[in-house]
Amino acid sequence: MTMQPIIEARGIVNRFGTQVVHDGLDLTVHAGEIFGIVGGSGSGKSVLLNTLLGLRRPQAGEVRIRGTDITQLDDAALRSLKTLYGVTFQAGALFSALTVIQNVQLPMLEHLRLSPRVLEELAMLKVRLVGLPPEAAYKYPSQLSGGMVKRAALARALALDPQLLLLDEPTSGLDPISAAAFDELLMGLQRELALTVVMITHDLDSIFRNCNRVGVIVDRKLVAGDLDTIVHHPHPWIQAYFQGDRARRFGAAHGA
Amino acid sequence: MSLREARRDAALRLTLEGAWTARLIGDLEPLTLAVDLGGVRSLELDCGAIDTLDLSGAWLIHDLECRANAAGIAVSYDGSRPAIVALVEQTLLSAAGPPVVKPDRGIQPVVALGRGVLDRWQSAQTGLAFLGESALRFAHGFLDPRVWRPISIARHVQETGIHAIPIVALIAFLISVIIAYMGAQQLQQFGADIFVVDLVTVGVLRELGVLLTAIIVAGRSGSAFAAEIGAMRLNQEVDALKATGVEPLEVLVLPRWIGLMIALPLLTVIADAVGVLGGALVCHLLLDMPLVQYFQRVEESIADFTFWAGIVKAPAFALLIAASATYRGLQVRGSSRELGRLTTVAVVQSIFLVILADALFAVLFMEMGI
Repeated sequence: MTMQPIIEARGIVNRFGTQVVHDGLDLTVHAGEIFGIVGGSGSGKSVLLNTLLGLRRPQAGEVRIRGTDITQLDDAALRSLKTLYGVTFQAGALFSALTVIQNVQLPMLEHLRLSPRVLEELAMLKVRLVGLPPEAAYKYPSQLSGGMVKRAALARALALDPQLLLLDEPTSGLDPISAAAFDELLMGLQRELALTVVMITHDLDSIFRNCNRVGVIVDRKLVAGDLDTIVHHPHPWIQAYFQGDRARRFGAAHGA
Repeated sequence: MSLREARRDAALRLTLEGAWTARLIGDLEPLTLAVDLGGVRSLELDCGAIDTLDLSGAWLIHDLECRANAAGIAVSYDGSRPAIVALVEQTLLSAAGPPVVKPDRGIQPVVALGRGVLDRWQSAQTGLAFLGESALRFAHGFLDPRVWRPISIARHVQETGIHAIPIVALIAFLISVIIAYMGAQQLQQFGADIFVVDLVTVGVLRELGVLLTAIIVAGRSGSAFAAEIGAMRLNQEVDALKATGVEPLEVLVLPRWIGLMIALPLLTVIADAVGVLGGALVCHLLLDMPLVQYFQRVEESIADFTFWAGIVKAPAFALLIAASATYRGLQVRGSSRELGRLTTVAVVQSIFLVILADALFAVLFMEMGI
């Protein structure tokens, strides 16, 4: 497939004062794949995500989303580009003063002109799509369980029918059953809606179950490859991550 | 043209083309609604010319299907039905459950009134309980002085007191200038200039010094207390304190009460002094009154109790402000909107209580003949 990669980042440098988090980081994500990003605490996973989202301008490097370099865009163009992808944040980040359905409707109200009926029904469709019961739509985030918050966040990410999803630790804080259910949901949606998913995660289960390719942030750069390549990569940190005690149990279970 | 109709007798054929995506739904929905299904027996949909179809577009097609089905029209597809439309149908049918009762937003006024009264009563009870518990905690300190946390108190004295000096001094100065100026204008007509000094001195020392300081502090520190404690509640920091065996009343509430009760009287002294000086400036510049004469008159106009009648109110005001603000802070739960609302309530209630207390003190002093 000679299609242009959906995300292409080259030579990203992220620096906070004297602390260099990323030094010449490259990243490529192809259309239709599920790409996992892994890294130690402090390796700058969230910083990388913010850079890809255009929330943070890197000190150097370029980030191309669908061919457009977002580091060179002005505010208006950047705002319009943001409708092309959906994001979930680590703690859910639902708007606490709005109900679930109002959360989903917010991007719609902001960027589309819809009749009230369409607004209500389309938002409800997204809520149902992520497996939430209809009653949950009218609840406030403080009334939801952790698993429901994550699903609601996903519904909001899908509000504008984006082709690209960026998820920051989508299963963190979920019990194994809920996490597995969320993985199933994500896999199903990715298939049905032909989505590209970039997922920051520590959840080895999610990685082995969902991801086509994995990128590991080590030594301020990204090492990427398909699951098999990465699991057998010689770098000591990657070895420790994927071949350590916990990982080996998973690896054995999944036949990796 | 995104939608083309072709009719033959009772058969309608709709050809959908172009992009059927979220961005265009606003324009596409009216198109589908405009299709007249009257008298139609069969509907054929041709989706072959659609180049991009996303979930929103699929929903619209499904919506059209439903309208046709409801009118008893047979729906078919030229070619295959897009899989994503089947996904929409499946999602909406799955686990429909009991009909959703949307919470009634148009609540009747009577019910609202009743609920309001009950809430107020509840609120008064919890407020009283809060006061009682805090007082008990404070009294406990006589047995075990560690309950009073001197470093925390010192921090609050610094933040509510020392940091407030510039703004309090400035406002006290400006207010006394205004009063002196206004007073002078009136009294000059009667040649009674000298009494401007009385006006400013007695006014500032008995009432305005303490009242204005309290109002500024209510705005400044009342909102700070409520917001700080409220944010801690939202972040579960208060729960963490309790879980660690540390009493939040001791650590969060009491130091603020004590700190403010120390800071406010001291701020009042500064406000009083600056107020008198403000008057001096106006009298000197506007009425050409020699400063010596001004301060002599100040001494004459003050009775034994003038200064103390003002200062004694300060700790009372401080307690009202601190209690109200910390209580509201602890009430925060749920969302950021609650935080905003309760911070506002804290400030407004503090100011109200201060002015109410001032009125009561005025009556009290009058009865006492002070």
